[in-house]
Amino acid sequence: MTEQRETRRIRFIQGNEACAEGALYAGCRFFAGYPITPSSEIAEVLGEKLPRLGGRFIQMEDEIAAMAAVIGASLAGVKSLTATSGPGFSLKQENIGYACITEVPCVIVNVQRGGPSTGLPTGPAQADILQTRWGTHGDHPIIVVTPSTVAEMFTETVRAFNLSEKFRTPVVVLADEIVGHMREKLVVPATGEIEILGRAKPACDPSEYRPYDVSRGDVPPMANFGEGYRFHVTGLSHDATGFPTSDAATVHADQVRMTRKIYGRLEEIEKSEETETGDAEILLVAIGSTARSARSAVRLARERGLRAGLFRPITLWPFPDARVRDLAKKALAVVVPEMNLGQLALEVERVAHCDVPITGVHSAGGEAISPAQILAAVEKAVVR
Amino acid sequence: MGFDYMKYLREEKMPHIWCPGCGHGIVMKALIRAIDKAGLDQDRVVVVSGIGCVSRMPGYLDFNTLHTTHGRALAFATGVKMADPTLHVIAVMGDGDAVAIGGNHFIHTCRRNIGITTVVANNSIYGMTGGQRSPTTPLGDNTSTTVYGNADPPFDISALAVAAGASYVARTTTYHAQQIERLIVSGFENRGFSLIEVIGPCFVAHGRRNRARYKSNLDMYREEKETAINVTATKGKPQSELMGKVTIGVLHHAPMPEFTDEYQKVIEKATHVRTI
Amino acid sequence: MSGRYEIRLGGSGGQGLILAGVILGEAAAIHDGKNAVQTQSYGPEARGGMSKSDVIVSNEEIDYPKAYRMDLLLALTQASFSGYVKDVKPGGLVVYDTSLVRDVCEGNYRLVGIPIVETATRAIGKSMVANVVSLGAIVELTGIVSKEAVEKSLMGRAPRGTEEINRRALHAGYDLVKNAEQKTTAGNR
Repeated sequence: MTEQRETRRIRFIQGNEACAEGALYAGCRFFAGYPITPSSEIAEVLGEKLPRLGGRFIQMEDEIAAMAAVIGASLAGVKSLTATSGPGFSLKQENIGYACITEVPCVIVNVQRGGPSTGLPTGPAQADILQTRWGTHGDHPIIVVTPSTVAEMFTETVRAFNLSEKFRTPVVVLADEIVGHMREKLVVPATGEIEILGRAKPACDPSEYRPYDVSRGDVPPMANFGEGYRFHVTGLSHDATGFPTSDAATVHADQVRMTRKIYGRLEEIEKSEETETGDAEILLVAIGSTARSARSAVRLARERGLRAGLFRPITLWPFPDARVRDLAKKALAVVVPEMNLGQLALEVERVAHCDVPITGVHSAGGEAISPAQILAAVEKAVVR
Repeated sequence: MGFDYMKYLREEKMPHIWCPGCGHGIVMKALIRAIDKAGLDQDRVVVVSGIGCVSRMPGYLDFNTLHTTHGRALAFATGVKMADPTLHVIAVMGDGDAVAIGGNHFIHTCRRNIGITTVVANNSIYGMTGGQRSPTTPLGDNTSTTVYGNADPPFDISALAVAAGASYVARTTTYHAQQIERLIVSGFENRGFSLIEVIGPCFVAHGRRNRARYKSNLDMYREEKETAINVTATKGKPQSELMGKVTIGVLHHAPMPEFTDEYQKVIEKATHVRTI
Repeated sequence: MSGRYEIRLGGSGGQGLILAGVILGEAAAIHDGKNAVQTQSYGPEARGGMSKSDVIVSNEEIDYPKAYRMDLLLALTQASFSGYVKDVKPGGLVVYDTSLVRDVCEGNYRLVGIPIVETATRAIGKSMVANVVSLGAIVELTGIVSKEAVEKSLMGRAPRGTEEINRRALHAGYDLVKNAEQKTTAGNR
């Protein structure tokens, strides 16, 4: 089998290919998508590999349809993926909201490019940071992971599927053009090396099944269509039975519960990486490909005797408030490099409560931010 | 003893939201009888809908039911069918749902010939949102968004499906309740995408604003009866005699390969390539 | 080699430079056991238009994935020579095609002009393999990856039936450099 092997394999592949391989490893057997640069390689690889594993691939008529098909397939019990970039991600938003309220596990990859609109189709950006959090309408929790290496395109896609099944929620893999298209060494783990999770199934008799029964925890067990449970799924606000209700107290309580199911178990969701943060006076916060430049900048700064350190959220949403606050408290200045005009910085400002000066390093023209640019900002922050 | 609808209804969800005189109940009962006649396994039927009055139907039906976003029923249904081609997938949509906001999914699902039996309840109006012009509202009609008369030409949903490559297209009206059932049953028998368009009334949101034609909802049913002509009766009739008529019956049936069957061949080919 | 070695392959879409970068990166990362990152940027055109492929090779972990102080620039168009030569680091290497790059400016780098496309067309009979000729030249010049590694990587990526022509192109690249170096040595005497 292509995705599961007895032994590890070493490959030199693109981030997007690694993402597709990660999906297969996680047990994804359905992909629906629509071509869009710079994500199309994910569709191309899965178009070739899914049928080899008895899975199915479909190129839908548009981005909206692709998101819808993925939710439909997941309800029928198949782990499902779609991949896109900014403009397509915007089109998918209504149905992402549908997946949130109906609590259907699925994974959406957004390989960010320059925007808004058609923008810079082949140029990198990180300007969907807030769109992934707040893109769909209404209050909703969502989990977003941000790989910064080819290896992480694999492992974070696997983790995205696991989180999605465990918490019955859509999970976004937020990559950028550089990480998506860059090639690096990937050690494909052997079968069983990474634990693969599936959704919790109901233990009750079908006649007693309530699809949103949260009496045993905030994540309700999920039956698949066709298994005899004959339940109802609707995007209308619903009660434990899955049927519409407009009872204010019930709807409010359910909204609170849906948020709590994610925000109440942060320790199972949060993941980050720290470089030289122990004594850091200048704290860098960066994600994705920009975090690589930031790590270089930390080394360059340390060579110059500046105590810089990098905090890299790997789970971007829920945002790691507590850790960023702790690190920012100890720092004299915070530098946030990002390929946009300041989105991640807004979150850092929110949690740091203006205790510390925050500077952004921005690039919105489709070019990576270089270590030298970040180093310059670090040096300036020290002078200040 | 008559037909036992309760076997397939979620009784506790009654009463339904449809207005007195609405045709959607007629469509729902016909669909239930058709499912029963075709002998489909209740646990293996998935009914998918979009948004609108008729899209509330799955909530009342005791199957696997999926009430989705506006216009997207066929896209969701495609995902369900692809995940498990052995499921019986049925889509129920209104006219605005199917051919306005969902028009792209509609034509592509016709073309793809994926096994989804689709019932479009066409009442020529956005009923749920208060009577706005739909893509099938006749020219000249008053609606809440066309108070000087509609200037926006309507779609012929069945003709659109035929043009888009659907393998089975049938049309009837809510007046012809028995025919709805027969057409759905033969739709089930067609392997692939089947469209059954059911023209129906919406007196509350449409008829009421066009009193010159409709004094009550009965006039709307009467119009369905009087304008309908069976497709077999149209043979040899000059076009002039068919003006203002609505052709009903099986309008088009041209069997072709079903998509998930074809995809199974892709799976076999891909598996074969690997083992070489 | 211990630190970071930066290579940029610059040219136009359709010249196969992205693939050349992939082969080079794979040779380093998989067959020579080093670390390598390959990135690219390109315009909307499948043929023509700007295209560049960066390969970073290192024995250490590679953070920043793009070339910014190049150890080696390969230029297969005038635009890529003129556009990128300023980012070559002092003492770096600039390899260019003598028929496609006419306006050559001297600087604090070593210039190596060789007839890459002409060799591909005349000696191999396919201008398409100019990327592989370039690869051979780079490997011969720098030894950044071993010849065994680049050949393994090339054979793994070459479409079936084109292995031989690709091998010949690679060797033609080696030879181009050997000959050019002999000439340089002779000239110095």
